[in-house]
Parts: sequence; C-alpha cells; structure tokens
Amino acid sequence: MTKLTNLTMADARKALAAKEFTAVELVDAHIKQAEKAKPLNAFVTETFDLAREQAKASDVRIAKGEAGAMEGLPIGMKDLFCTEGVRTTACSKILSNFVPPYESTVSGNLKKAGAVTIGKTALDEFAMGSSNMTSAFGNVENPWKRKSDPSVKLVPGGSSGGSASAIASRSVMAATGTDTGGSIRQPAAFCGIVGIKPTYGRCSRWGVVAFASSLDQAGPMTRSVRDAAIMLGAMAGHDPKDSTSAPMPVPNFEAALTGDIRGLKVGIPKEYRPDGLSAEVQALWDNGIAMLKDAGATPVEISLPHTKYALATYYIIAPAECSSNLARYDGLRYGVRVEGKTLDEMYSKSRAAGFGKEVRRRILVGTYVLSAGYYDAYYAKAQKVRRLIADDFAKAFQTVDVILTPTAPSAAFGMGETDDNPVTMWLNDVFTIPTSMAGLPGLSLPGGLSADGLPLGLQLIGRPFDEETVLRVADVMEKAVGFNALPAFVEV
Amino acid sequence: MAYVIQGETGDWELVIGLEIHAQVTSKSKLFSGAATDFGAEPNTQVSLVDAAMPGMLPVINEKCVEQAVRTGLGLKAQINLTSVFARKNYFYADLPQGYQISQFEFPIVGEGEVILDMPDGSTRSVGIERLHLEQDAGKSMHDQHPSKSFIDLNRAGVCLMEIVSKPDMRSPEEAAAYVTKVRSILRYLGSCDGNMAEGSLRADANVSVRKAGEPYRTRAEIKNVNSIRFLQQAIEFEARRQIDVYEEGGTVVQETRLWDSVKGETRSMRSKEMAHDYRYFPDPDLLPLVLTQVFVDDIKATLPELPDEKKERFIKDYSLSTYDAGVLVAEQANADFFEAVAKGRDPKLACNWVMGDFAAAQNKQSRSIDNPVVTAANLGGLVDLIADNTISGRIAKEVFELMVETGKAPAEIVEEKGLKQVTDTGAIESAIDAVLAANPDKVADFKGGKDKLFGFFVGQVMKNTGGKANPALVNDILKAKLS
Repeated sequence: MTKLTNLTMADARKALAAKEFTAVELVDAHIKQAEKAKPLNAFVTETFDLAREQAKASDVRIAKGEAGAMEGLPIGMKDLFCTEGVRTTACSKILSNFVPPYESTVSGNLKKAGAVTIGKTALDEFAMGSSNMTSAFGNVENPWKRKSDPSVKLVPGGSSGGSASAIASRSVMAATGTDTGGSIRQPAAFCGIVGIKPTYGRCSRWGVVAFASSLDQAGPMTRSVRDAAIMLGAMAGHDPKDSTSAPMPVPNFEAALTGDIRGLKVGIPKEYRPDGLSAEVQALWDNGIAMLKDAGATPVEISLPHTKYALATYYIIAPAECSSNLARYDGLRYGVRVEGKTLDEMYSKSRAAGFGKEVRRRILVGTYVLSAGYYDAYYAKAQKVRRLIADDFAKAFQTVDVILTPTAPSAAFGMGETDDNPVTMWLNDVFTIPTSMAGLPGLSLPGGLSADGLPLGLQLIGRPFDEETVLRVADVMEKAVGFNALPAFVEV
Repeated sequence: MAYVIQGETGDWELVIGLEIHAQVTSKSKLFSGAATDFGAEPNTQVSLVDAAMPGMLPVINEKCVEQAVRTGLGLKAQINLTSVFARKNYFYADLPQGYQISQFEFPIVGEGEVILDMPDGSTRSVGIERLHLEQDAGKSMHDQHPSKSFIDLNRAGVCLMEIVSKPDMRSPEEAAAYVTKVRSILRYLGSCDGNMAEGSLRADANVSVRKAGEPYRTRAEIKNVNSIRFLQQAIEFEARRQIDVYEEGGTVVQETRLWDSVKGETRSMRSKEMAHDYRYFPDPDLLPLVLTQVFVDDIKATLPELPDEKKERFIKDYSLSTYDAGVLVAEQANADFFEAVAKGRDPKLACNWVMGDFAAAQNKQSRSIDNPVVTAANLGGLVDLIADNTISGRIAKEVFELMVETGKAPAEIVEEKGLKQVTDTGAIESAIDAVLAANPDKVADFKGGKDKLFGFFVGQVMKNTGGKANPALVNDILKAKLS
C-alpha cells in the first residue's frame, strides 16, 4: 500500500469511504511527517491537537455517511487566512500576537467541507515576496535539492512558500494559497506541485489579510490537478460579505476533467520569450506545446503586446493598495504597540518595529505613487495600462481557449543567491503578473525537472471564470508529463 | 440691498459656500451592520469592519444609497447612475482603517438647487455643487484621563452625506437661511433628522471677502459650528478678520479654522506643515456603485411634497400670504397640523389660530408639534364654532385657554360653561333696552353728538350678557334703537 502521506486527496477520499483507514490515521501520519519536516519551517503555528479532534469528528461523519467533499483530509492554511481562535500573523511581527475572533470565509468553507487543518503555513510578510525570506518567522526551505550541490538550501518561492513546502514534503495533502502577482503559481512551480489562482472574484477575500485588494485571490495548492479541482470547489462561492466576490454558481470542477482536449486552441504568447530566458525553460515550454498537440489541441501563436509593461504596472498598483490596506496596523486596537509620547510617535515606533524591510519598502513606494502631483503619472497611468493588458488577453481569447506559458523564468534559487536589488526578486513574477492584472485564472503544474533535478512549472491561463477548461487541459498535461519525481526529503 | 461690511478702504462683499455633513437616517452603518443609535455606551456599536480588523471588507448599505438618491432628488439635483467610492488616507486614532471611504471624483449626486426663503418674504437661489456619501470617523475623548485619550468607535462608519453648495451666498443671513432650508428638505425626505446639537447635521463654511466686481479671493474653511446662530456669528467674525488682514496689508491664507463659541472667534486649526495629502484613490474593495434608472424612478415616486411645492400650494389653495405659507411649511409636522385644522374650513382663520394663539401656547410650554397643546381636530372644532357664529372670536380665546387646560373638545366647553353666543334678537333687544334705560344721560349725550359713546353701550351689553351676545346683532339693534 502507498504510504498515507503520498496519496492524492482523490485517492485518500476513496480509501476513507472504503474504510481502508481512518481520518485519524491519515491526519496522524501527516502530523508525524510535519514533525519530521520541521527543519523546513513551513508552519508558523501548528494546530496538531485541534486537527486530531477534527479528524475524530470526521470519522464520525464518514461513518454516518455525512462526509463533506474534503472530509478528514489534512491540509495547511496559509497564515493570511484569519482563523477563529488560532493566531494569524501574516508572518509579520506586527500581528505576532493577533488571534482573530472570526473565521475567514474560505477557511470556513474548507472546514465545512470537512478538511482538517494541521497548521498555519508560512509566507512572505503580508504576502509580499517571492522567496519566503521576508517572513518575520524565519526562512522556509524547499524540500527539493540540487543534484549538483544538495547542501544549498533552496527557497520554496513565495509568497505561499510555506504551503508549497508543506505539500511537497508530504506534511499536508494540500494547502491554501493566495496569489496577488504569482504567489500561488511560482511556489507551486518551485516545489513541483499544482497551484491554481482562480478568477478574481471566484473565492471570497473576507477574512483574508489584505495585500492588494484588486489582485488578491485565494486558491488551492495540491499535488494533482484533480485535487486542485476538488479543493477549489470547496473554497469557492459567492460571498455577500465581499463586494468583489462574483455572484456566480460554483461548477463541479472535477467533472470538467474529461481528458478530452481535442480541437482546443492553445495560445502561445510570443512576448513570453524574453531575451535571456534559459534554454531549459524554453525547452520545457516547447515540450508542453508538443504534448498538447499530441492530445489533439492546436497551438496558435498569439500576441499580448502590453506584457512588457505588466511588471512595472504591478509594482505601482500593488504597493499603492498595500500602502492604504496596511494603514490599519497602527498598534491601537490589536497587534504590536510601541508606546510613544505622542500619537504620531506611537504610530512611527509601532510600525517601524512591526513591519519588515520589504513591507516598508512597498508602503513607501505605494505612498509615493498616490501622492498629490504623482498620482496621474503613476497610479492613474498604471490603471490605464492595466486595462490594456486585460484587453490583450480578451482579444487573444477571441481566438484561443487557453494560453500556455512557463510559470517562472527559473527553477528555485538558493537562499541568498539573489543580489540586494529587489527588482531582481520581483522579476520572478514576470510570467504570472499579467494574468493577475487581468484577473484571469492561472494554473501552474510541474512540467518536468531541470538538468539540476529541480521542478519547473508550466502555466495555463484561462478565460474569466473558465477554470474548468484550465483544469481540463492541466489534467491532460499532467498525465502526459507523468511527473513522479520526489523531493530529496521524502521517503517513498 | 446687498449685504456689505464697511472697512477702512471701502465696502466689502462676502462670498460664502457651505459644506453640510448630514448623518443619514439608517438603522445600520454605511458599510457594516452595526447600529447607529445616538447616545449608546461607548464602543458598543462597533462591528469587525468598523474596527478595521484584518481581512474585513465593506459592503454598501442599500438604504444609505436610497437616502442619498432621495436627497439628491429633493435638492432637484442630477443623480449619477455610476459613482465611485474612494479612499481618503490619513492617520488618526479615531479612524481605524487609516482611511475614510468617501466619494471623490465621481459623487452619487451632481448639481442641484436650493431656494432660500428670506425673512422679508423674498427668495434666493443657491446652487448645489454635489452630494456624496462617506463614512464618519469615531470620537476622540481627551477629557477622560490625565494623560491618555480614549476612543469611541460607535460613530465610526456611520453614513454621512456631504452636501456641497456653490459659493452663492453673500451674507450670514443667507447662510443661515440655506442651512435652515436644507435641513427642512432633509427632514421632509426623512433622510436626516437634522439635529445639530447631537451632531447629525454639521456645517462647515468656506468664507472669503472681496470688493464689488472682483473675482474670488482666498477662502478659509470654518469648522466646528454646531448651531445656525453660531454659523452666522462665525461667518461675521471670519469676514471681519479677513478684511482686517487685507486692510493691514496682509494676505489671507487658505486654511482650516475652528470656531470657538466661547470666545466668539475662529482660529487656525493646523499649520501648513501638517497639511494632509489624502492620497485619494478608488477603493479596490468596492465596485463602482451602479444604479438603474428604475431604482431612481421608484424613489422619485415616493418623494413627499417638499417645502417649496407645499408653500406654493398653500398660497394657491388657502390664499395664504407668502410669509405665512413659508412659516407653516418649514416643518412638515407644522404644515400637516395646519392642513388638518384648515381642511374644509376658512383657511385664513385656521392660519391665524395655528400661527397665533396655538403657536404661542406651544412656545410657552416648549412643546413640539408631535405633542400639541390641543389636537388639530379640537382646534378645527373651535374654528367651526367661530365660523358658524356659535361663539365670538373673543369667547373663542377663552374657550381655547380651557381647551389647553382641560384637553376637552371646544363644543363640550361651550356647552358646560354656557358660552354659546346669544343670537336671539329678543334677548339681545331686552339687554339693550336695560342698558339704555340705566343710562339716560349717556343716551342723551350720544344723541347730542358724542358718537364715541356707541362703544360704551356695546360694552355694557356684552358685559351684561357675559360676552355671549352676537356682536354684529348687538351693533345692528343698538344702531336702530339709538337712531
């Protein structure tokens, strides 16, 4: 029998229903693995005891035939989702003591579906980063190792790096992520797993600590496309408490996995081949195109001419929104407070002590671009460009059904290998940001290994609210790729 | 004649624009379900959204939108079917989000017009620039602790309408008339209770001065004015201050000034280096607010008759003077009371009673119209008794006093006290005969040319009949007997 920690959720669900093992056994096996994987630092807060209780309750429901869609399945919860009674930090010092008296809609939906959370997973502080190195609770390590030098500690990507590391290390079967400019897809690619950022508005943002409201979107991170379909179905849904949540029914995403993509047109954007794109990533992409062709789909070259402006535009809009969203962390009502002689002094001291360097940098950038005299040149212009980027996609989707690109320009890098220039780090999101700007669904799945034995991701982008096509194509590709490599960390 | 202030260098004209902050009458806040009751214990009406907890999101309260549209229609203003909420960013302890959700570039209501009713019966038109929706802040309390400030968030997130006028007012009186009229319209519409003492209606004044024919000069904004009387005083003070500055060779700076009602002066609120850059941008948590024409039309269909239309109708239907009609319609309840009294009766007589003895009695007892000293039905009954000659106007005053005292119906009082007017000519004739017989000398004097004695005879007759004799009949019969 396969080890419990190597199962997909789809298989585990069947086995639980067939009483091959109990939810308690399944959860315990993952807790044991999480304890073993502790050096990876994937969790900020462990909720093992709570998880065991929940697993017992799941077993009762399974016995009664009342199992939810994710009944008894152990997951990780990105520490950006507020969880009632369980500390929620956003991996920031300023929220290091914050215990929400409420449950986010998405984590609540997962709870209702029976999912068992074994811990809150780490992230870049306030989801700002692509390496998980901006967390106030220490770096998270990627369980994968370079063949050439296994001693180098690699980053899991970010911001949902804790979730990705926990999934890849088999500490959980799946985890929640949030994606603002690539925060689900890039760590999924770096850790050899599947992650989908749904269409903006598909999952409620209520109770998710905000980074950039017009871009933030929650999504599942899993080890298979089918699992992503199952989990997305459990997370999604219209929420009247979030005005930007779409009043649309949630389709049966699993039913979309028909295995048949014949006749589909797959867009290949010519602008996604920048100079200096590694031959390895290039080859991976070409291989992906070939697989889709074999499955009966037709590759079509498309143009997304405003792609080159996406990164610059993103780094105006996201910081602008963050500078305003993070104003509430002032030490007054909750979180860390450093006393001062005046109100202003208290603000300055609390925020200086509470926020890390990257967060402070983005607040400053955001404050600047919204300032009187600069607004039109930066924010207003960025919004216009954002519209043009969205229009590029809309035009492309008149002729194609889905778009295929690489997820990230490289495999996971080593901690400390990037230089001090934050822009180098920001470039990691160059393939994922345009999708976010347009609010479209984007999925990353493992496309193969680099020469150095590290996973590389391919990204599928779909029409608004057409996660079904994205999942269907991803499912076909997943089978074609046959990705079965395991991180060095994991025993079979 | 135009209002001017005389300075050493000549006459100065005032230019006034007002920003009224009106608290929208709604059970819950603009973006949260928390209650809005006035006077609740501190921090008992605060939702997670109002406290700006992490991950909390605003959801628009449809009732508030409806009230804004209703108010816009009442101000004869353009309703913008698409409007946008924007964040106004600044740090303060009573602003939990670190920004106020307001409307900036695209307000829900555009240009409109308010007609002022001046005390002399004339009218003036003041333009409305815009009306937008925004959140109120909480309340900072600096007097509760020697070294700390306390914060009450009950008010945080309560819905306000900011109604911005054009700089169309030229005197403190016009400013007062404007606030009075806007408040009257808001109350008619039921969109704001207009209570300035409780802070549900606040007015900030933009004041500048200029010589006749000049373009606008720099203005100062006066805040913290919580009554119409203070508004007039503050404008007068500020105009005089600015004139002094100019006449001493100085320049007026654009700034916010606070009205100090104790000292009767305005003073600079914040220095220049503290000037805020609010970094307005569209709130990404909220979609643009899009209304359908049907939504607007449905509200339009439920609008009550507003003061201006009611005034017109009172003048037309009841032949009231412009002044009387203006006074009666200022408060809807007063107008309703008047109409209940006047319906099917002599409107002028009804108006005299409502604005005369009734209003005086109300004032004396400090009653509101919801709690009248006599009911409209009873006051109408009294008017009926006068009209059908059951009692005279003089007796009616007596009856009215008794109505106020006892709460009884006028007919009942007249019956009980036997105040019914005597219209029996025989009885009046004998009363006159008795008076004439008792005063033969005066009769002789009258006949000798002392016309003024006629009044004496009337008075005697009325006295002897306890005031109940019909005065017209007394006059007629007496004239006949003395000729």
